Amino acid sequence: METMDRSTRTASPSRLFRFLGAVLTLLLAALLAPAGSHAAQDQVVTGTNQGVSSIRIAIPNFKPLAEDAQTGTLKTVFDRTLFSDLQNAGMFDVVSKSLIPPGTPGAPSEMRAAAYAAAPANASFVGFGSLGVVGGRLVVNGFVFDTKNAQFPQVLAKQYSEEPGEEMARQVAHRFADEIIRTLGGGTAGIAETKIFYVHAAGGNKEIWEMDYDGENQHAVTHLGTISLSPRISPDNTRLAFASLGKSGFQIRMYSLVLNRTVAFPEVGGTNISPAWSPDGKQIAYSSSRTGDPEIWVSDPSGAEPRRLTSFRGPDASPVFNARSGAQIAWISGRTGLPQLYIMNADGSGVQQMTDGGYATSPSWSPNGQAIAFAWNRKYGPGAPGGQDIYVMEIATKKWIQLTSDSGTCDFPSWSPDGRHIVYACSPNGNTERSRIWTMLANGTQRHAITGTGSDMPNWSWK
Amino acid sequence: MKIAVIPPQYRSAARSVAMLSLGALMLAGCHHKTTVAPAAPAPPTPAPTASLTAEPLAVDLGQSVVLNWRTTDATSVSIDGLGPVAVNGTQTVTPSSSTNFHLVAKGDGGTAEANVRVTVRVPAAPATPEPSNTTTDDASADKVFHQNVPDIFFDYDSYTLRPEGVSAAQKAAAYLTAHPEIKVVIGGYCDERGSAEYNLALGENRANSAKTALVNDGVSASRIRVVSFGKEKQFCSEATESCYQQNRRAQFSIDR
Repeated sequence: METMDRSTRTASPSRLFRFLGAVLTLLLAALLAPAGSHAAQDQVVTGTNQGVSSIRIAIPNFKPLAEDAQTGTLKTVFDRTLFSDLQNAGMFDVVSKSLIPPGTPGAPSEMRAAAYAAAPANASFVGFGSLGVVGGRLVVNGFVFDTKNAQFPQVLAKQYSEEPGEEMARQVAHRFADEIIRTLGGGTAGIAETKIFYVHAAGGNKEIWEMDYDGENQHAVTHLGTISLSPRISPDNTRLAFASLGKSGFQIRMYSLVLNRTVAFPEVGGTNISPAWSPDGKQIAYSSSRTGDPEIWVSDPSGAEPRRLTSFRGPDASPVFNARSGAQIAWISGRTGLPQLYIMNADGSGVQQMTDGGYATSPSWSPNGQAIAFAWNRKYGPGAPGGQDIYVMEIATKKWIQLTSDSGTCDFPSWSPDGRHIVYACSPNGNTERSRIWTMLANGTQRHAITGTGSDMPNWSWK
Repeated sequence: MKIAVIPPQYRSAARSVAMLSLGALMLAGCHHKTTVAPAAPAPPTPAPTASLTAEPLAVDLGQSVVLNWRTTDATSVSIDGLGPVAVNGTQTVTPSSSTNFHLVAKGDGGTAEANVRVTVRVPAAPATPEPSNTTTDDASADKVFHQNVPDIFFDYDSYTLRPEGVSAAQKAAAYLTAHPEIKVVIGGYCDERGSAEYNLALGENRANSAKTALVNDGVSASRIRVVSFGKEKQFCSEATESCYQQNRRAQFSIDR
């Protein structure tokens, strides 16, 4: 993990990461055990939030700065969102609100940190502040105190002044949560301000939709009245590449989130699907069958200078760049029969097969470049039992762990930019109409659905 | 990532502990309905969705049509003329005239509707004889076409023609050679299992296998267009092998 060696202003996070490194080694040892991978897999339980290794933080409700009804409404939204963001972050043990000491501290002078350090809260940190609609503005003052540091307890102080509204109250809570995560998490940015793009099915059509990372604020991006699939947001959040069914079949389309309309992308022969951005935003890779056989191609984001990377007969689809270096591409190929996970250098050389059985699809490269999440049905075949689940493979060793089980058909994992979370979709039968989008920590814990049915193919923004 | 290796004998205990702490979390949540949010806000009751298809869409008088409907988040579903029906189902009907089938799905989240029109071709009166192959009569032209250019079916996760697929392609090539004015579009389809993206690539390979067979039997490649639909346009939606097989096909249509 990138954050492992960075110094942090508090001791516990860096100790946490060193500990995590040690237990990862233990896991790999377990995988190598001669008992066979099946038995070993069943005995592995992973978790970033177990025991004493996560940071215990208390978040008392913010103090109202005004008595009006709007302040009350916005404060409810803000308190709920901030609490939920820190719980979702995967690095905190958030103190239950029923254990929080009495009183509502709104400013540093009102904070009695010792009460938070004591039982039953036992908090190492406390995040608190005040919120109100003052002079027509939503004003939020947020602070974080280190409860064990009596002399200089203040770790963070932030002030926000924005147009009042529930959406803005949520966004401000997301921003403050990300500040707390950046400060206490060893410098890795939080994800509370990130977006998830996905496919929404209704009335026989599939459109591209967008939502906040926690499932709030779901809304349509495209209104094309056809079947659009595989949304992929550019690293700078300005363009959305996807595939859409037109008269000549599926073609790559490009939507500008700045202009709010589709922009030109050349149509070529054959089926053109599953685009993917390079981390510098200067190239896209996709599957194109312009030669009569689906192969992986790379072009610049305007479609210019297309060049072919693969040349084996059989389906090749779902490319994804190494999210850190951009120097490698993982993809799915059916060149030996059932689809398997492969990686190659970004110029097409150095092909390596990563899986050697079952039905593997939908790779997503981790932000640190070291692992690939993908969907795998290891017992795939007519009449075979077992579902399709989400797995993570460490590239250097090809060792994998299974993250979901007994969830039906799960597909389309996509990493959060901090590498701590994975969003994915599950349905009883692989149909979008019955599919929901879920998120979990990257070790498979804290799974929860963030959409209703009809939502599929999630793609987490790069920042 | 923190990983704990739990010996098998403690696994059920670990699971119970996890369940208990989940229960404790939920109880804590009850004390603070408005302030303690669960990890994910529960989505509101989703509005129902409904789709209704008929196969075929056009029949001659006396022939039957298979209606197929699917709904989600619906508590009651009815189709005009058929009355209340199951939330998902299939029914064979024999309409006596062209009919709009109208489905209404009601659920906690609202109401959804779906429509499909079935055209019933009543035989033309003898007083106005028309040649059957007029250009306006696309439906009967399609019928003749499909009799002579049948769909080609594939094995599971395969795009190789089976022996009967090879003979079907030969029959199709003979008909197309005799009718050089017809252009063909070949649709590649897959069953509902597996990944949507991979199936689009596989469907392309299936349609191209059919195209290659036609070209090898003398049909000009310039008359043939290929479109893959993957698993996006399902012919049927039951989770049965017979339905999967009907979906795993290359389907020929007249390219107009």
